[in-house]
Amino acid sequence: MSNAPVLEVKDIHIEFPTRRGVLKAVDGVSFSIAPGEVLGVVGESGAGKSLTGAAIIGLLEPPGRVASGEILLEGKRIDNLPYEEMRKIRGRQIGAIFQDPLTSLNPLYTVGRQLTETILTHLEMSREQALERAIKLLEEVGIPAARERIEHYPHQFSGGMRQRVVIALALAAEPKVIIADEPTTALDVSIQAQIITLLKRLCRDHGTSVMLVTHDMGVIAETADRVAVMYAGRVAEIGPVSEVIHNPQHPYTMGLMGSIPEFDTHRERLIQIDGAMPRLDSIPQGCAFNPRCTQVFDRCKTERPELLVAGKTRAACWLHAK
Amino acid sequence: MSAFVTLNNVSKTFDVSAPWLNRVIERKPPSYLQAVSDVSFDIRKGETLALVGESGCGKSTVARLIVGLYQPTKGMITVDGKDMRLVDQTGESSQALRRKVQMIFQDPYASLNPRWRVADIVAEPIRTHKLLTDNAAIDKRVAELLGYVKLTAKDGEKFPHQFSGGQRQRISIARALASNPEFLICDEPTSALDVSVQAQVLNLMKDLQREMGLTYLFISHNLQVVHHISDRVGVMYLGRIVEIGDKKQVFGDPQHPYTRMLLDAIPDLKMTGKARTPVAGEVPNPLNPPSGCAFNPRCPKKFGPCDKDRPQLIQFKDRQVACHAAV
Repeated sequence: MSNAPVLEVKDIHIEFPTRRGVLKAVDGVSFSIAPGEVLGVVGESGAGKSLTGAAIIGLLEPPGRVASGEILLEGKRIDNLPYEEMRKIRGRQIGAIFQDPLTSLNPLYTVGRQLTETILTHLEMSREQALERAIKLLEEVGIPAARERIEHYPHQFSGGMRQRVVIALALAAEPKVIIADEPTTALDVSIQAQIITLLKRLCRDHGTSVMLVTHDMGVIAETADRVAVMYAGRVAEIGPVSEVIHNPQHPYTMGLMGSIPEFDTHRERLIQIDGAMPRLDSIPQGCAFNPRCTQVFDRCKTERPELLVAGKTRAACWLHAK
Repeated sequence: MSAFVTLNNVSKTFDVSAPWLNRVIERKPPSYLQAVSDVSFDIRKGETLALVGESGCGKSTVARLIVGLYQPTKGMITVDGKDMRLVDQTGESSQALRRKVQMIFQDPYASLNPRWRVADIVAEPIRTHKLLTDNAAIDKRVAELLGYVKLTAKDGEKFPHQFSGGQRQRISIARALASNPEFLICDEPTSALDVSVQAQVLNLMKDLQREMGLTYLFISHNLQVVHHISDRVGVMYLGRIVEIGDKKQVFGDPQHPYTRMLLDAIPDLKMTGKARTPVAGEVPNPLNPPSGCAFNPRCPKKFGPCDKDRPQLIQFKDRQVACHAAV
């Protein structure tokens, strides 16, 4: 395994021009994903995690736009490619799995047709070979009687089975990276475990890197190698999963971990972070977390912290300034 | 303590038949969906009973049955000794019953009227039940209610869209408290919220319970949340309760294989990198449930009688459990 990252995001800014000025939804996010690595991206709604994922696959909805920064796939810039060229990369080199499996499948086409279409678009093979490959993919994602079920329409599958089909679709052209945006959020907990195990196994077998976007710390804990915690369009903390979970360095990560109810440590009250994430049009000066932070001091209100080395992770917090 | 809410063999069947003309032309038989079957439990005053289960197990239907939004097909529900069937009638005792039982819904975006100001939303139960008639008194009460849920009286002038999800859910709680209820039914009140906001709402609900002596029925699919907030837990599968008892017993030493499976399926923050034991199979179609124990096609402990006899809910090790293998 070479150490050159498969995917690199460098200081990316995503903006939404509105009548009342430009809203910065993602404000200088950088990270990289190594080959075969699973990078978890967590954060609350509106933190900009899904937008970052959408920008990588080139599916930002207008008027949203990448204002500055670079996205590199194996060292080549992909954020400034023309539409047609991006189309060839999407699916072939970057796969995508979305939250709702019903809306990411076309209800009017059979599962087989959607799979073979994807395969034929990206790989050189005959229709028969593509069909065989589609059946093999469905078997790989654990759909029983794949040969018969390939003729079925999405509505004939259950939620968990549909998400398996979506995973098969994402893997169809053997992409190098998969952007998985909340892949288990719409599923029941028992099905969630099945899907996560499957995704993990397939990515290991195929050597695929994954950017796993979710709000569920539990899913991150058992799937990801590293995790980036996002807050108000910025990365608050990034580091190895076990470090971030057991030894968080950013006050926001600490609060986030404390607010998750757990079985063994029974508390009468959960640790709560007072207030809510700021709206995009009123992100405070300095550190975006400062109005909710329990350890706030003067510098936090004026200067914006960059990611600083903090123990074994990096945290954007002035507490770690040396 | 005596039971405050009692469910006695409550069942609810929905008619999901095709339209009459289709049935005649295509010769389809009528079909019925048994959403809730023979559910019995008590909730004592001041305690929190949680119902957990996967989608489609009937937990929300139970909530709606208790609050009177559905009428049970069979069985009886009493709240504070009064038959809930009263709710459908007019008259003073039915009004009093409605006042006592309030509900908080899952989606804080859909459960508040977008055209009403928050103060009017919170005042609606007060006006409907004619608890106060004087406008100044109503305003005072609304301010007090908003204060309970950590909002200010000034927030009452705003519209729901000006609030975040967590704040909206707090408005829903204020509205539910407006009629001085004794019993709150909370149907997935935190599922639509982010974890840090969920923590705020859960803490608030616990504080309110302690201060006002409220009784909660808490419906959720999130076992950690249920473990945090409840005193007793009932686990439902395909319309039936498969295990019910004290939280510590049910979570600490689960007896039904389904309860164990749900617990095993929770991602564990402590053990990073550890794979969960995924469970084989999915919830069967409730229109055509398996014979015997509904869980038998997925059960790792399945043996002889499981696909023939339906196990009864019986007392075992300080809780009630419906499983042939456990007992």
